Amino acid sequence: MHTLEPILAEHPFLKGLRQEHLELLVGCASNVRFEAGAFVFRQGQEANHFYILRDGKVAVELFAPQRGAVAIDTYGEGDVLGWSWLIPPYHWRFDARAIEPTRAISLDARCMRTKCENDHDLGYELMKRFARIIEQRLDATRWQLLDVYGVRS
Amino acid sequence: MLPDLYKVQHVRRETDDTITFELGLAAGRQPFRFSAGQFNMLYVRGIGEVPISISGDPGSPETLVHTTRAVGAVTRAMRTLKVGDMLGVRGPFGVGWPVEQAVGHDVLVVAGGIGLAPLRPTVYQLLANRDRYGKVVILYGTRTPADILFRKEVEAWRARLDIEVYVTVDRATEGWRGNVGVVTKLIPRAPFDRTRTMAMICGPEIMMRFTALELERRGVETDHIYLSMERNMKCGIGLCGHCQCGATFICKDGPVFRYDAIRGLLSQREI
Repeated sequence: MHTLEPILAEHPFLKGLRQEHLELLVGCASNVRFEAGAFVFRQGQEANHFYILRDGKVAVELFAPQRGAVAIDTYGEGDVLGWSWLIPPYHWRFDARAIEPTRAISLDARCMRTKCENDHDLGYELMKRFARIIEQRLDATRWQLLDVYGVRS
Repeated sequence: MLPDLYKVQHVRRETDDTITFELGLAAGRQPFRFSAGQFNMLYVRGIGEVPISISGDPGSPETLVHTTRAVGAVTRAMRTLKVGDMLGVRGPFGVGWPVEQAVGHDVLVVAGGIGLAPLRPTVYQLLANRDRYGKVVILYGTRTPADILFRKEVEAWRARLDIEVYVTVDRATEGWRGNVGVVTKLIPRAPFDRTRTMAMICGPEIMMRFTALELERRGVETDHIYLSMERNMKCGIGLCGHCQCGATFICKDGPVFRYDAIRGLLSQREI
């Protein structure tokens, strides 16, 4: 029987994960596809999934009155999308919308949280990997705030 | 060292605050030979002189091309240049990009904002001798879609099948369908072999620092990472000391440096 395990094992976010942990993840995983323009999730909704992106492109957007939807980041092949499922109250803080046809593996958040609670080794391993991503995105946001390409006055 | 006078032959507006101008050689003058990454001191009469990297093709030395952004008195005056105006030129100065040392390697070109201008001569050389290099990847980050330099050329590079080009902007505007985020985010997507890659980085110092760190983290050797420093250059020949950092003169020993030789200077507040 074909499972999603080989795909998960090769994804940069999960590479090197122990076999028994991969098997736990497979039990929470399903294939999903988003057409261009489709929302992956909406701000304020419960964060019931996170996504391992296989190809395509997703924009994380913030809707601002008078400005409309502003894309603040984009993610594609090799990226992981969403960490609000890890942090109470488990609600999305931004919109995410596919801007190209996108294939991903969706991981069920309730299932994942339960497995992380039951197996703290898995929970700690995933937390380390998400912490690295959060650190990179915080660095990037700080850098963007500096507006390094702007003219110094 | 006195500047030679050149006549402006062509002016092209790249973005709101950035222009490219071509200078023609006077009849009988030798072609202006230079290496990719070198710069000239450009003199606007009655206003002053500034260092500007050469952004043209080293393979076409009969025309001298510079791209400059209006940020000070001299560059603001350059923005008003018209065809037929005269400009003083001293140069070429400095050490350029390691285009020859990169032969046989994958080449990763990472540009931020106006930093694409000093790297464009390198891209011309890589493309002119494409079979001498492994994979060629260009990563370009800029502020907004309206700030993309050399837009038509970048689009033409993207359309080629023998190089990879990725563009990202810090701030998207309506209608932008491309990448959003800092340029280092593109590095994991770039298909290069970290064990045989030469990286050339040019942009604001903060951008270069983060990019070099990310490449180092991904296993690119620090002696295979090059970046261009452009601080406080005044005389262009290592005499005045304006650009001196310790024992290093940016204008004479650089502006292109190997990362392992310059990394300590990037994080020193006092310099």
